[in-house]
Amino acid sequence: MKGSTKRKSVSYAKWGYIFILPFFAAFLIFQMIPLASTIYYSFFEYYRSGLNIIGPNFVGLENYKALLGSDFTKYMGNTLILWIIGFLPQIFFSLLLAAWFTDLRLKIRGKQFFKVVIYMPNLIMASAFSMLFFALFSDNGPVNAFLISAGLIDKPFRFLSTVVGARGLVGLMNFLMWFGNTTILLMAAIMGINPALFEAAELDGCNHTQIFFKITLPNIRPILVYVLITSMIGGLQMFDVPQILTNGKGTPNRTVTTIIMFLNNHLYSKNYGMAGSISVILFIICAVLCIGVYFSLNGDDSKPKKKKKKAARAAKA
Amino acid sequence: MRQKNENAHPIFTLFVHLVLIFLAFLCLFFFYILLINSTRNHFDIQKGFSFLPGTSFVSNFKKVMADANIPVLSGIKNSLIVSSASAILATYFSALTAYGLYAYDFKLKKPAFVFIMLILAMPTQVSALGFVRLVDRMHMMNTLWPLFLPSIAAPAVFYFMYSYIQSSLPMELVEAARMDGCGEFMTFNRIVLPIMKPAMAVQAIFSFVGAWNNYFIPALVISDNNKKTLPILIAALRSADFLKFDMGKVYMLITIAIIPIIIVYLLLSRYIVDGVTLGGVKE
Repeated sequence: MKGSTKRKSVSYAKWGYIFILPFFAAFLIFQMIPLASTIYYSFFEYYRSGLNIIGPNFVGLENYKALLGSDFTKYMGNTLILWIIGFLPQIFFSLLLAAWFTDLRLKIRGKQFFKVVIYMPNLIMASAFSMLFFALFSDNGPVNAFLISAGLIDKPFRFLSTVVGARGLVGLMNFLMWFGNTTILLMAAIMGINPALFEAAELDGCNHTQIFFKITLPNIRPILVYVLITSMIGGLQMFDVPQILTNGKGTPNRTVTTIIMFLNNHLYSKNYGMAGSISVILFIICAVLCIGVYFSLNGDDSKPKKKKKKAARAAKA
Repeated sequence: MRQKNENAHPIFTLFVHLVLIFLAFLCLFFFYILLINSTRNHFDIQKGFSFLPGTSFVSNFKKVMADANIPVLSGIKNSLIVSSASAILATYFSALTAYGLYAYDFKLKKPAFVFIMLILAMPTQVSALGFVRLVDRMHMMNTLWPLFLPSIAAPAVFYFMYSYIQSSLPMELVEAARMDGCGEFMTFNRIVLPIMKPAMAVQAIFSFVGAWNNYFIPALVISDNNKKTLPILIAALRSADFLKFDMGKVYMLITIAIIPIIIVYLLLSRYIVDGVTLGGVKE
């Protein structure tokens, strides 16, 4: 492919630069410069007090020190917990469904219907979805009305006033919004596995479980890594759902306040120094994760192949 | 394709279907109640839960439209402008960038590609502070421009386009066009873009939906009532004193925000579901 692009006499190199220019110009203006100024402000005392703007005065790492003394770690913990509550069922059901959907011995009726339905919540406006959940799970909302009329509880369960209820709802929504997407990614990965591996395993009398753990899982590892890391980045970005569900307050007792909600509060109160230091810490974490994404997508091809061979040997042994 | 020696045990097959039905129920149930409640008036909704629709759909709709505090019509208009512009910019410029990096040899080709791949998953939130300050200095606060112009640089869309172009654009075609005296831009617009159509359609949908649903950055940039997009209106509804609200109206506004997307999705579901992975992820 690449060989045929060899220049004959005319050089087309400048067109390459021209074609990629808009992308890089837009990226420079709307991402790089803002990122640079974000990092810059993180070293300054710069906030609004009443009607006065204090600063910007250079304070070195003071903002970072203040951050560690604040509730930052608590909100990091909240974000992590909320992400895990959503991610565990998400990866469990996605693996299960992806394995089932690609298993030819299983005759699933309405496969296309199920795929369409489970992917749907991914496209729903998260803020509207949260508003819907807030209305449905409010103390005198339809869910409580339903549970009471079914005789399961005798007085309304206050979902949004208990830690378990509020965190559980955020986790449930994240699970619903993402498990369909993950299922489809994993399905594509499973369908990309060399069918000969499955045939060999079946000939050797492997059952569903053995095939899943010995062949499927090892072969989709790059995609699993990709799913895990992108989901972590998504988890760090968690904002719309807890923000709308709790009206930005993270109730009860700020147990569902995420790190981006914390950032958002500082941005709204024009506390730029602190907002800057939160952003920089987030940026560093995301940069590390992005390198992970890079390698999960561009990892050298020899590794999976080696694994395939190993799996083939294991299946034959 | 795999040979099937035997079919799975019927009890196991039944179990699989029960799990699938349960998950599908979870995905549909909440939207079903939403639709039902958008057809019932406030009083009916307060009385309790119902599986059957009411008769107040039209009156709820009229009430939402008439509410001066929630400018729904301008909200829909603003959301449509931002989402359409985002979709067009993201797909066109991503295709252009992908073609530029695929079809030409130049010194910075490899570094440029690696750079985009490294920022592929970088969230925009990390530079939100600088972004809002920049928008302020450009005098673009309370305008829609800053909500769609950044879409020109959409790394994820680029990656999708690049994977697609690799698998479906033979360079011979480009060279033939050059022999015929086609300029580089014309080659891209006339020859390459038509070939990219399927990928562009899928990414246009994803970009549109992404912008339609976006809340964090718009909420920081927009404060004028008549510039607000739908997610900001929803958030405003949430922060208003909830108990005073007509629940019929609340459900109706949520319906307006999400049902159009669901309808478009159901019409195009085959392309969208297949498109999630089309060239997007290598196995």
